[in-house]
Amino acid sequence: MTTHVPQGADHLRSDDTGPERPVSQTDQSSPDAKFPGALVWADERVGAAKGLRFALKKVFPDHWSFLLGEIAMYSMIIALITGTFLTLWFVPSMGHVTYDGAYVPLKGVGMSEAYASTLDISFEVKGGLLIRQLHHWSALFFIVGIALHAARVFFTGAFRKPREINWVIGVVLSLLAAIEGFAGYSLPDDLLSGTGIRAMNGFMMSAPVIGTWMTFFVFGGEFPGESIIPRLYIAHVLLLPAIIVGLFVLHLALVVIHKHTQYPGPGRTNDNVVGFPIMPVYAAKAGGFFFVVFGITALVSALVQINGVWVYGPYDPTQVTAGSQPDFYMWFSDGALRLLPGWLEFTLFDTVWSFNIFLGSLVLLPLVWMVLGAYPFIEAWITGDKREHHILQRPRNAPTRTAIGLAAISMYLVLALACVNDILAIKLGLSINDLTILFRTLFFVLPVLVFFMAKRVCLSLQRHDRERVLHGNETGRIVRTPEGRFFESHEPLDEYERWALVDYETPTPTGLTQGPEVDRRGVARRRSPLSGLRDRLSSFFYTDTVSAVTPAELAAAHHHGEHDALEEASSPQLGVPVNDSIGDDDFSDPHGSAVHAPPRHH
Amino acid sequence: MTTPHHDDSNAPATRGDATPAVTERFENPGMPPHVPRRADEDPRAARRAEFQVVALFTISALASIGFVVAYYAIDRDLKGYLLGIGEVNLFHVALGVTMGLSLLCIGLGAIHWAKTLMPDEEVVEERHPQSSGEDDRQAVGQTLSHGWRSSQLNRRAALLGSAGGALGLFALPLVLPVVAGLGPRPRQELYTTHWEEGTLLRIDPSGAAIRAADVTQGSVFHVMPDGWVGHEAIEEHGAEEAMISKAKDQIILVKLDPATIRSQKQREWGYEGIVAYSKVCTHVGCPVALYEQQTHHLLCPCHQSTFDMTDDCKVIFGPAKRALPQLPITVDAEGYIVAAGGFREPVGPSFWERNRPGLLGDDQS
Repeated sequence: MTTHVPQGADHLRSDDTGPERPVSQTDQSSPDAKFPGALVWADERVGAAKGLRFALKKVFPDHWSFLLGEIAMYSMIIALITGTFLTLWFVPSMGHVTYDGAYVPLKGVGMSEAYASTLDISFEVKGGLLIRQLHHWSALFFIVGIALHAARVFFTGAFRKPREINWVIGVVLSLLAAIEGFAGYSLPDDLLSGTGIRAMNGFMMSAPVIGTWMTFFVFGGEFPGESIIPRLYIAHVLLLPAIIVGLFVLHLALVVIHKHTQYPGPGRTNDNVVGFPIMPVYAAKAGGFFFVVFGITALVSALVQINGVWVYGPYDPTQVTAGSQPDFYMWFSDGALRLLPGWLEFTLFDTVWSFNIFLGSLVLLPLVWMVLGAYPFIEAWITGDKREHHILQRPRNAPTRTAIGLAAISMYLVLALACVNDILAIKLGLSINDLTILFRTLFFVLPVLVFFMAKRVCLSLQRHDRERVLHGNETGRIVRTPEGRFFESHEPLDEYERWALVDYETPTPTGLTQGPEVDRRGVARRRSPLSGLRDRLSSFFYTDTVSAVTPAELAAAHHHGEHDALEEASSPQLGVPVNDSIGDDDFSDPHGSAVHAPPRHH
Repeated sequence: MTTPHHDDSNAPATRGDATPAVTERFENPGMPPHVPRRADEDPRAARRAEFQVVALFTISALASIGFVVAYYAIDRDLKGYLLGIGEVNLFHVALGVTMGLSLLCIGLGAIHWAKTLMPDEEVVEERHPQSSGEDDRQAVGQTLSHGWRSSQLNRRAALLGSAGGALGLFALPLVLPVVAGLGPRPRQELYTTHWEEGTLLRIDPSGAAIRAADVTQGSVFHVMPDGWVGHEAIEEHGAEEAMISKAKDQIILVKLDPATIRSQKQREWGYEGIVAYSKVCTHVGCPVALYEQQTHHLLCPCHQSTFDMTDDCKVIFGPAKRALPQLPITVDAEGYIVAAGGFREPVGPSFWERNRPGLLGDDQS
């Protein structure tokens, strides 16, 4: 199959006699279409040409939302590079020193070597502060990128078969990234991060049975001890990065194996990938984006200060500042600790169960991440969908999933805002007690509200899409007929625009796809114990969806000029197309802007 | 070009007229016609795009050189004022801005180049089902089965059992030294502090002892035990022990109006309205540092646990469960405040064995 190889602006060069006709990919008539001599050496030893042939013609679809994962990836690389620089000067020791360096306000103050070396990097090493800032900012962008990328994957259904494994890997990567960040900002042993380590010690202790043993093993004895910083250091520079890089390579390898997903559009099917090849367009765009991310991170690092540890002072267990928060990605966990009430701690046979702490910390993170990781399998079980999916879903076309996702995000946001309850109280002049009680209530109430509202918005958007397909785009041109009627003319969609709006499915709930309960010989259908639950959940998932316009409906809309029967359905039912309200089906004819007469109503 | 794909195998062919055929679903119309860019058709536009890309790369090169110049030429402590930000270290800002521009402009140049001059016609790559064919699966199945049988594992149970046993156990010599070497195991440290009967209370970090007669109503002191205050503690006991002491020995000393104290035990353990409580929050261990004199509330800034100082520091709001432990105090012969005994309960966050010290070993080794 020949594919036209576009030559771009080549043919504009005056000295070029470039091809005037489409060329096949194997027929490169450009004069330098020879395998480079330098690579022949490599090819004779490792078969490089085979790999390059496979890789260089890979096609990547183009959409801005696919850049979010790239932001995460490039930020991780920046963090690795800058982190390596920092290890040349950072001393991961809690040994005591008296500061005698360039930062005068701390002269003569006792501190750990870790803190002192951080001050040296900031004030003695030329450009050291810039590297520290780059490292911290890139870590923050890393986690923001992960969150946005995960949201994009979730809301477009990109985690469906065959990509469930990659979703699980991604979920694990996001958890490791958060832990890596926590370990990293705790290394300078300053007052703010040290307070966080104190809280970590406290919530580790709350674990039933093993709590005290766990804290003594991790801290090497009582808090604070002298082991925690060196141990966090090796976790942060060796153990976690090794696992993260390994999993990430696997994450990318799976994208190569599966090929990237693509949004619905003309020419895009479940059996192809439409986009740009690596050589040269995608390499330039993706490679260029690395420099854009790095450059913006550097500009932010130059102008916006982050983690100015010299202002906090060294960690001292007798000191704390009001308005202390962890880095933003840990807000939801610290917020949970602020909201969980004390009466959740109880004593049973003289043993203490601190569920107020245990649930908000040691249980919350694994629980959230397990639910996230399991979601593709849960959804596949509920919907009974076993096919491969390579076309993404627009979020509005999966209303229940979108609503569930937004409700979950609202719960996360309530917990995260609860972590800044003291700042909110100060800035907004509110009672912190009232805010805390408000957040406790919102944690349960808000997700329900958000679910309901999000689902209705999705359904409205779907109905709006149907309107556009059936009746065309509003043009804003008002036409007056000789009889004195006014109506707005609509411009019908061309087939390309229309395709993106109709290329989605409305699956049937599992309860309706199986055969009769009892067959004609009187044998009942074999049901697994959970199938009733599954049918109900599946029906919940697919109730209230709006199905795509079919050609028959479009034909009816075209020809219904004389009818008077179309009425707005009050609540859309499954499988029944939601029809539009009475009125304006004025079409420009395909070639111009003339309009037809409006329908007459009896 | 790709042929349009459709889901229905039995859909009738599209008729030639303007109205769409009545198939069950719409068919994929195929790739839309390509719209050429300005630079594809107008040589002046193409030259302009090339100039823009060259300009961006040039800015990047200049910025890289600018970084080197700034690194050596600008004084490390030079300060300046930037509109919208305030006072900044100009050396840092210069390094960062030049580095940022040098990187950013390469990226912008490459992307602009791709978008204006490189081909923008989309290309199609075919997908194949992820599943391998039946013959691949069968071949693997046969290889695995052959391996199983030819290794004779299916016939020799002792072989299988002993291999499994050995493989299951070999990790022990690697894991045990790490797990057993971590430690020490928790013993009575969680139940003891450096406070005992007669220990003098000292203000931290100045080290001054406190005369009960000089304590005015409403005053607050941050207190550590005698011998564990300030630099001397580090010199005498070492930094690690001094920090551990800070984490569990810290006390807040407050003088209240005795009439406002509602708890009899609180009154008895105090001295003329002066009361001493552990400053380590019973939630997760932050110092409970915010004393609200008017309301007599003690607020922990970390998670806002609030303790009522007139009611034996019971929790009145927030996630903590237990009241702060009280240190019984009295005065010595010269009128200085001393501890009347140690704490009667463990200080700090709750833990599993809190009410059963016997669960943790009791020899201090």
